[in-house]
Amino acid sequence: MKFLRNILDKQEKHFEKGGKLEKLFPLFEATDTLLFTTGSRTKTASHVRDAIDLKRMMMTVVIALVPAVLMALYNTGFQANTGLEQIGLSAAEGWRGSLIEAMGIGFDPKNLLANVIHGALYFLPLYMITLAVGGFWEVVFASVRKHEINEGFLVTSLLFPLILPPDLPFWQAAIGISFGVVIGKEVFGGVGMNILNPALVSRAFLFFAYPAQISGDKVWVAVDGMSKATPLAQFSDASIQLTTTWWDAFIGLVPGSMGETSALACLIGAAVLIISGVGSWRIMLNILIGMVVMTSIFNLIGSDTNAMFQVTPAWHLVIGGFAFGAVFMATDPVSASMVPKGQIYYGLLIGILVVLIRVVNPAFPEGMMLAILFGNVFAPIIDKVFINKNIKRRLARNAG
Amino acid sequence: MLEHYLSLIVKSIFIENMALAFFLGMCTYLAVSKKVETAFGLGIAVVVVQAITVPVNNLLFQYVLKEGALSWAGLENVDLSFLGLITYIGVIAAMVQILEMALDKFVPSLYNALGIFLPLITVNCAILGGSLFMVERDYNFPESIAYGFGSGIGWALAIVALAGIREKMKYSNVPPGLRGLGITFITVGLMAIAFMLFSGIQL
Repeated sequence: MKFLRNILDKQEKHFEKGGKLEKLFPLFEATDTLLFTTGSRTKTASHVRDAIDLKRMMMTVVIALVPAVLMALYNTGFQANTGLEQIGLSAAEGWRGSLIEAMGIGFDPKNLLANVIHGALYFLPLYMITLAVGGFWEVVFASVRKHEINEGFLVTSLLFPLILPPDLPFWQAAIGISFGVVIGKEVFGGVGMNILNPALVSRAFLFFAYPAQISGDKVWVAVDGMSKATPLAQFSDASIQLTTTWWDAFIGLVPGSMGETSALACLIGAAVLIISGVGSWRIMLNILIGMVVMTSIFNLIGSDTNAMFQVTPAWHLVIGGFAFGAVFMATDPVSASMVPKGQIYYGLLIGILVVLIRVVNPAFPEGMMLAILFGNVFAPIIDKVFINKNIKRRLARNAG
Repeated sequence: MLEHYLSLIVKSIFIENMALAFFLGMCTYLAVSKKVETAFGLGIAVVVVQAITVPVNNLLFQYVLKEGALSWAGLENVDLSFLGLITYIGVIAAMVQILEMALDKFVPSLYNALGIFLPLITVNCAILGGSLFMVERDYNFPESIAYGFGSGIGWALAIVALAGIREKMKYSNVPPGLRGLGITFITVGLMAIAFMLFSGIQL
């Protein structure tokens, strides 16, 4: 620790005003505060510093995401290896295949290590690109606009690859994260000042700009030309037989976006977020309530032509990005509703919309991403309504 | 039957949102969305005007302007639809004027709150767009009431949401070159992405 501190202290003079690398100060500052707590102290009275600041908060989210990342690594490889086995190939094509063969690990879907390695070769490149390109924009904006690089980007850059299909072309990931970081966040002034979740903005941008690579049946298993529908698509299309069991979908052994498939990993993440107080349990709970209520209504109505009407709440919970979105996306403290009562309605709105879109909108089988964005759009006005109510109530209380 | 009108209202509020799906009425949408209260007032005014003008224009179209519409007067072969645009605008202007006078007389508080925005509605393209869509889609009279009401609500919803966001954005640190309208355009674009949630729903 001492050693690291010394290195940083030695370098600091280059980055300070007048130093050679003055322009890159945000980069230095980011490294410094990532490794150590900030050096600045409150100098005058009347400040109470909580141990948990924005930085620790964001790191907690990263920790909560670890189970989802592990599942992403395993399941991506598992799906790819299973796919290979099904079409009778003994090895994957392309650089990933040669690399795995060079390591001598093989492509057995029953082998844990083989799955994780194969998955990592899909997840890590996308993650690296997200980090590099998104980080580049962060540094550019931080240097020019002289604000700090914030840990918020660590969360965004980890969330983004988790909601991508494994086979997404790298350049699309780069364009997506550029749009999300620049238009979704930096033009508003950086972390804490954006109105929509940057990772979701990136994803939505890719979804509408390059639908062929991010929707449909061909993209969810990382084997060329392999067509496998996600459970959600299997439900919505009556011609496809449902091939997964509920437990598979719950644990996450189904095709889908890399990090979204496992409801179990999301539940563990939710526990971490709720216990640490970083994520709002009100939002998560009310998304769940909204989903259950809306699903029950659809179950009661029923329909002869639309199979989605019959999907039970338990299934809605485990398919698609519902769990992931509810736990990690909707609770983003910046773009979510902030007033406790507002959070209730914000959560209900998202929960109801998700089911509504999944069931009645044939254009998108999955509604979680856009439902959360829609919730983000209305979060400020929901907050405003409840803040005004509070003001009125207090005025009335103190009037007499 | 009721279901039909209900789905028409839902469709015009969300799926075919005047502001965020067709980008109509942008000038007032961008200019009057700095505060939630005024945005709300303007939204209500648009709902009222829209809910009156679209049905009135519908009657005019059905019984005066449409080809063969004048058959009740014995003029079977007259087609006045080329007068459409100017008639609709005239109706809108007249309606707004009447509404203004009525509000001034009976609800002065709302009249004062709306101020200049009420006359401005005359030139709001969402209002004219509502009438033109009504003609294009050949709505009958009850349908035009539902459509006028729904599209007005949709526009009001969008402007209130934008005003909420813009109030929150007071705390944002927008680059100097983008401050004001620039960032508002970007925000509206992002809101439109979120509203694409509903695109594709068949009602």
